[in-house]
Amino acid sequence: MSFTELRSDLEVIQQWVKPDSQVLDLGCGEGQLLKYLQTHKNVRGYGLEINEEKITACIRNGVNVIEQNLDDGLTNFEDKSIDTVIMTLALQAVRRPDLVLDEMLRIADEAIVTFPNFGYWHTRFYLLFKGRMPMSETLPYNWYDTPNIHMCTFRDFEVLCREKGIRILNRTVMDDQYRVPLRIRLWPSMLGEIAVYHITRR
Amino acid sequence: MPDRIPDDSVGLVTPVVQHFSEPLTLRSGKVLQSYDLIYETYGTLNQARSNAVLICHALSGNHHAAGYHSMDDTSPGWWDSAIGPGKPIDTNRFFVVCLNNLGGCDGSTGPTSINPETGRVYGPDFPIVTVRDWVISQARLADVLGIDKWAAVVGGSLGGMQVLRWSIQFPERIDHAVIIASAPKLSAQNIAFNEVARQAIAKDPDFHNGWYQEQETLPKAGLMQARMLGHLTYLSDDAMRQKFGRELREGNLNFSFAPEFQVESYLHYQGEKFSTRFDANTYMLMTKALDYFDPAAEYDNDLAACLEQTQCRFFLVSFTTDWRFSPARSEEIVNALIQADKDVSYACVESESGHDAFLMPIPRYLDLFAAYMDGVAARCCGGAA
Repeated sequence: MSFTELRSDLEVIQQWVKPDSQVLDLGCGEGQLLKYLQTHKNVRGYGLEINEEKITACIRNGVNVIEQNLDDGLTNFEDKSIDTVIMTLALQAVRRPDLVLDEMLRIADEAIVTFPNFGYWHTRFYLLFKGRMPMSETLPYNWYDTPNIHMCTFRDFEVLCREKGIRILNRTVMDDQYRVPLRIRLWPSMLGEIAVYHITRR
Repeated sequence: MPDRIPDDSVGLVTPVVQHFSEPLTLRSGKVLQSYDLIYETYGTLNQARSNAVLICHALSGNHHAAGYHSMDDTSPGWWDSAIGPGKPIDTNRFFVVCLNNLGGCDGSTGPTSINPETGRVYGPDFPIVTVRDWVISQARLADVLGIDKWAAVVGGSLGGMQVLRWSIQFPERIDHAVIIASAPKLSAQNIAFNEVARQAIAKDPDFHNGWYQEQETLPKAGLMQARMLGHLTYLSDDAMRQKFGRELREGNLNFSFAPEFQVESYLHYQGEKFSTRFDANTYMLMTKALDYFDPAAEYDNDLAACLEQTQCRFFLVSFTTDWRFSPARSEEIVNALIQADKDVSYACVESESGHDAFLMPIPRYLDLFAAYMDGVAARCCGGAA
């Protein structure tokens, strides 16, 4: 949740969002992604957010924002009422990521999810050699005050998708600067820091 | 009394009375042959006439939303916290209009006015007006002022209901709807509170079935009780605990039935003040308008279907401790708008002040409000007047 979203992050996501479609952005932050999609792809949509300052920022950015806690459910959105549900770097912070995924694919045909990789080599080595819960620039919290309560690896996520019958349409694995260098392409589960998944149940 | 007018005030303002001679057929089927509406304006209407904002008042409000009538005024208009230069509804760029609704007692035609057909005061004969009737009369005032389309229509509580009705009734005449601490209709509990208030007034021996003016008396006791009950529902349990706790006026129990607790004297004071300022028949009418409001009723109680025809953007705000119009009631409107695929933003603001919060200068609330109104200005009038 501490990640700053850069254009390259949005670039990856935006190519999977159809022009003139409707999106729902869960944990939309200051609404940069929605604003980008609105401006560049004529996309309509709503963002959900609970952070007070970020909600005001969304309003300043001219995007639709609803103050709503993801953990309280998404029952106010009807089945298949949205084209794409997006959740960037929030999956690890919700109480039940598996149920949120179900909800995302109930509301829309397609979903785009990004989350940090707990299987990143640095994290693995941190735990292995220091014997303490990993902390880094991208994971700056202590184990007791972190909002990231459900960290997972890319493999964990893909196993969950398989179990749920969720199909992965696309995956892009990046470093913390949202770049995709060759080394990451060669060994994503060890060297990738953030993944963007495009998923569906179709 | 202001020693000097604050810089962020609209300053001294003078109400204007507009007479309408074209008959107005009310929702009840009754007809008002002619009527007056009293209103105030702040700021300047731009050349394109695209910067007008309508303020809709709540139960006991009136046309005096901001500024002062004279240097002797003890307090400014009822929404001075939100309207003025540099405030959320910034009069440097918006032309703000606020009127007293029909049936009111502050200068628009209402129960205390003379009925031209009988030459007597209307009293209880003043027809029951609804939110829709108000909105239609407000649209006629907009015609007179040369405003084809409001940049925004803004209101809290019963005022928010008028905003919602505007979006449905005149979708092409409103760009933004700002609905604060409101509801799509009253709950049974809300209606029950209103009925207790009305009964308190009606059973006052000085009420004379509404003809108290001719009897040269006022149902002060009834109106006071009604207002005391109202006040209870505007405040939260927390707010009352913080404001009064169990403080005693004289520090010890007197074993009498005179007001002893601070909360009792507060209610007495509020009730007393209101009972001479406000007209009892108007109070009856306003509570009835609240009870009747239910725009979804004509759409098989499907609010989303009802809101299908709206064309404006919506912004809703609720307050955590408001139990009169709780956040869940605002969320009913928000969710129906989402279902109807409309542009809507919503925030639930933390506050201890209950329903009254919508009139208070709560920093987060004013920030959100200002941010939204900035967007309204950018879209409707290029950011400046």
